[in-house]
Amino acid sequence: MSHQPMTAPEGLQGVSSDWSADKHAFPVPWGKVMMWIFLLSDTFIFSCFLTSYMNVRISTMDKWPNPSEVFALNVGGHDIPLLLIAIMTMVLITSSGTMAMAVNFGYRRNRKRTAALMFATAALGVCFVSMQAFEWTKLIVHEGVRPWGNPMGAAQFGSSFFMITGFHGLHVSCGVIYLSVVAIRVLNGFYDRKGTYETVEVAGLYWHFVDLVWVFIFAFFYLW
Amino acid sequence: MDQAVHASHGADASHAAHGEGQQHPVRIYLWIWLLLFVLSSFSYMVDYFQLHGYLRWSLIILFMLLKAGFIIAIFMHMKWERLALKLAILTPPLALLVLISLMAIEGDYTFLTRLGSFVH
Repeated sequence: MSHQPMTAPEGLQGVSSDWSADKHAFPVPWGKVMMWIFLLSDTFIFSCFLTSYMNVRISTMDKWPNPSEVFALNVGGHDIPLLLIAIMTMVLITSSGTMAMAVNFGYRRNRKRTAALMFATAALGVCFVSMQAFEWTKLIVHEGVRPWGNPMGAAQFGSSFFMITGFHGLHVSCGVIYLSVVAIRVLNGFYDRKGTYETVEVAGLYWHFVDLVWVFIFAFFYLW
Repeated sequence: MDQAVHASHGADASHAAHGEGQQHPVRIYLWIWLLLFVLSSFSYMVDYFQLHGYLRWSLIILFMLLKAGFIIAIFMHMKWERLALKLAILTPPLALLVLISLMAIEGDYTFLTRLGSFVH
């Protein structure tokens, strides 16, 4: 259609109608497309962090601290490598599983189960952030890791670690708030009145992305 | 209008992507969940048994890509989306490969420069 109808709105309303009116590229709810595009931009942010970490790790002259030793946890007199990180990984995967189930029950219009599973997901998220806080405390207070240096080796270790895991932790924290808000709305029937549970799926996309980022952080920062 | 379309499809699974959102059997989520646990344990084992060198790196990347693939395909429902959306979301990150290669080259160059300037 090359001719705009004479009634096309002007100003900001015009901008919004020009961008949205009957011009569908993707046959999914717009909220889902927007979430995917946000996640795409977030992918680039996290990739920049991980790439800069790679760059400083390649270029440093000092020995890179061995993450297997730095993140070991002493249980019963034995140092078990990466124990806390392994537990954190399992917690996050479990939360991803409960979230996937929540989306499923949402589309089945099972309000109680959807909300319960979403609260469980948020609780596991809180659990994850708490363990991360414990890990940060251990590193900062007991092992003297700072963004500008540490006793174990290359100074860049601290800045990379705090930047990457801190930004990820921030995402988890925001996700907990996001999921709680949506779960409360599920409980009070907001999406039944709206007629669709797609918001639960969109929130789920965000949460799975947080899990996805952790997969890469786990591989490149903790295991490498 | 959208609501009417959704209602007419109901819970028909074959119209999952267009009807009432994405509906799939619970079983598939449970399987992927289990699989992610197993793959995570595998990647943890790589560290626990102190594998080194190319074996370690290739195993880490293999398990990482498998986990990422299952999360995106099943949990994020990308498997059931239309190709237009798949392409719009999954192809742009390929540009990152350029960034990663450039930064790897740059990192090596910085290292060699430091080696030449600071070590005597």
